[in-house]
Amino acid sequence: MTTLPPPERILRALSAATLLGLALGLASAAQAETVLRRANGAEPKTLDPAKATGNWENHIISDLYEGLVTVDVKGQEIPGVAESWAVSPDGLTYVFKLRRDAKWSNGDPVTAEDFVYTWRRTVDPATASEYASNLYAIKNAEAINKGEIKDLAQLGVKALDPHTLEVTLGAPTPYFLGLLTHYSTFPVHKGSIDKAGKDAFKEGHLVGNGAFKLAEWKPQVQIKVVRNEHYREAGQVKLDAVVFEPTEELAAAIKRYRAGEFDLVYAASAPADQVQWFKANMPGHMRIAPQVGVYYYAFNVTRKPLDDVRVRRALSMAIDREAIADKILQGGQIPAYGIVSPGTNHYPEGAVADFKAMPQAERVAEAKKLLAEAGFGPDKPLKLTLSYNTLEAHKKIAVAVASMWKAVGMQTELSNSETKVHYDALKQHDFEVGRAGWVGDYNDPNTFLFLFQSNNKALNYSAYSNPEFDRLMDQANNTLDLGARAGLMKQAEAIALRDMPIAPIYYYVSTNVVQPYVKGWEPNALDHHLDRYVSLEK
Amino acid sequence: MLGYSIRRILGAIPTLLVVIAISFFMIRLAPGGPFDQERALPPEIQANLMRAYGLDKPLPEQFVSYVGNVLRGDFGPSFKYPDRTVTELIASGFPVSLELGLKAIVLALGVGTAVGTLAALRQNTRTDYAAMGGAMVGIAVPNFVIAPLLQLGLGIYLAWLPVGGWGDGGWRNTLLPVVSLALPQIAVVARLTRASMVEVLRSNYIRTARAKGIGERLVVWRHALKGALMPVTTYLGPATAAIVTGSVVIEQIYQVPGVGRYFVQGALNRDYTLVMGVVIFFATLIIVMNLIVDLLYGLLDPKVRFD
Repeated sequence: MTTLPPPERILRALSAATLLGLALGLASAAQAETVLRRANGAEPKTLDPAKATGNWENHIISDLYEGLVTVDVKGQEIPGVAESWAVSPDGLTYVFKLRRDAKWSNGDPVTAEDFVYTWRRTVDPATASEYASNLYAIKNAEAINKGEIKDLAQLGVKALDPHTLEVTLGAPTPYFLGLLTHYSTFPVHKGSIDKAGKDAFKEGHLVGNGAFKLAEWKPQVQIKVVRNEHYREAGQVKLDAVVFEPTEELAAAIKRYRAGEFDLVYAASAPADQVQWFKANMPGHMRIAPQVGVYYYAFNVTRKPLDDVRVRRALSMAIDREAIADKILQGGQIPAYGIVSPGTNHYPEGAVADFKAMPQAERVAEAKKLLAEAGFGPDKPLKLTLSYNTLEAHKKIAVAVASMWKAVGMQTELSNSETKVHYDALKQHDFEVGRAGWVGDYNDPNTFLFLFQSNNKALNYSAYSNPEFDRLMDQANNTLDLGARAGLMKQAEAIALRDMPIAPIYYYVSTNVVQPYVKGWEPNALDHHLDRYVSLEK
Repeated sequence: MLGYSIRRILGAIPTLLVVIAISFFMIRLAPGGPFDQERALPPEIQANLMRAYGLDKPLPEQFVSYVGNVLRGDFGPSFKYPDRTVTELIASGFPVSLELGLKAIVLALGVGTAVGTLAALRQNTRTDYAAMGGAMVGIAVPNFVIAPLLQLGLGIYLAWLPVGGWGDGGWRNTLLPVVSLALPQIAVVARLTRASMVEVLRSNYIRTARAKGIGERLVVWRHALKGALMPVTTYLGPATAAIVTGSVVIEQIYQVPGVGRYFVQGALNRDYTLVMGVVIFFATLIIVMNLIVDLLYGLLDPKVRFD
């Protein structure tokens, strides 16, 4: 039997161990890397810029890659890989001068050939890129993606020399530079794709040209990116790493934020109770900014009685938008009387519905009159089904709108279904009144108004068709002068608001929850933020 | 026993084929497809995607080629995560789900039998009523209610444990999901143990053991417990199934990167190949677990023979 050490000795040993532990802890804290921890909404489906589609993918891809044009901390377009560009007088040819210090994360130079390769790959039907349509402005892109032209070399993009890229467009597109800030146009590295095939966008293979490079991708756990020493402004990047966690449940992510586990939470469509909770308990943390996006109800104009403009107008007028924004949403949303979000680029002032100035009581009276003219009244009440995709916020609005419509004598049946089912029905025009929303892909009125062109088969849920609207849009998109173009677009918007194929309800806001010590992060209209500007000042 | 096992495994093949056929056509019947979303795709892009995934072919043809691929061990690429195969996704999620499930089962068995035995020994006392009352609550309250309550209490108000996430799978991250998953099973195991323990303690061989003057502790540990555990062993099969289905909910609530979460996401995303892969995987798992339970039964009860 061994003798036990005396208690003093145990104590002494313990305190020595504690001191050692403390010293080690302090040492590691001194060298700790600066890491931004982001609750990113969902697991990215891929980090391939040609195949990504979600905002959460955008957040990561914007750290890993850089386009010809990029954005500053306010989301404004600034030169990226291209240091300058020239546009031909007809607006059809862009010549980009590429930076000589632009490098891939493996040290290779980024060249004009890389963009030629990337954009051919994106419009190749075999790639099956969901955002290939973003490149349709480029000559022959649409025909190639549709399989009408087989030769990829027909795409209007040419490397004049390693640092000069010439792009030919099919039509003048004033928002083309804005499109180049979208990840679907970011360059990919041919060498790594040839070598790794479908693994090229995974940990250990991904080669990017952004301020950060991929260090770790644990599916459903986290993605870690670290500073890319080959990035042209690597010296100005203050973060050592960014960790993105897929957080499908916003409520759970916010709980973890409150427990100090996140610095930044992507909180798109945060419910009113969360917004109120933050206002009351953690003021300044929830950052809300107007966003280029609109929430609306589409009327199926192929169905009776919604083919009658008086009915559509009456229903739109009866919606008390102020009540929805201020009482139900409470998150700074703006009541919508037009289609294009206020503050959209190249569009100083949009059209508004003519009843905007009327008080709500007058609108209700007018709506009743219109419905009576259309043949509806107490003996023959109007009955319609309002469909929405299952979500608490959509339900609240639908219930409120149904009661507003009841006030003008309409009986509304509410019908909800999961997202995929709902949008399938909208696309097939299998609905009467359907909830929809649209967030612009680029900062230009075209991203809203093209929804109502009769040739937009996928997104024109209302099946609206007006030759005059189509003509004005075509004319606008072939007009070089931005002022004249905005005028034509405004005329088109006014026509759509007169015909009311949709009832716009409110303009979206972007919602992020950001710790006060996160600097270099500013709310902006496209909710576009680059982590290379961010620093942590704890 | 080997012959029996082989026969059981061969017998499971038709079951699996039926499971595959039913779930294949059921998920295709669900309205909406993998490429329907808020931002609808232009028709030509949708067509390119359908072609890339072979969804443009007639459904029976797709089924035949799917079954053929499964037989070769190829579950296809995920629609939602195009760079990853379903096999890769399940392989990345399974170790996590396995750890979660095993810990939950061990916890359920350990705590459940202990509470059940204690209640049986103190039959009709306050201890017994408290334990069985607690068990009743455990069975009645579903774990999707318990889990958020634990998150709120221990994660936010007391801030002792992380609210969610898996991290490196350390005990701080795993404790709450494991406990939430195990609680209902603890309750069932405790009730089963108590009932059979009460019965065993009244049986003749226990009376004989006591008559021989063996200490009460030895009577319980060596003689009564083995007999009392038979129904608990039988319950292991259903318990595995319950843990597997429970993990689907728990993994979602605690953001645990396991197979269960892929299943939920896959179903919502109409990720046909991923859902099919997880269904086949879960079905196989439950078949195998039931086989193991039956074999264990033979070890515990000499009356059971496999021939």
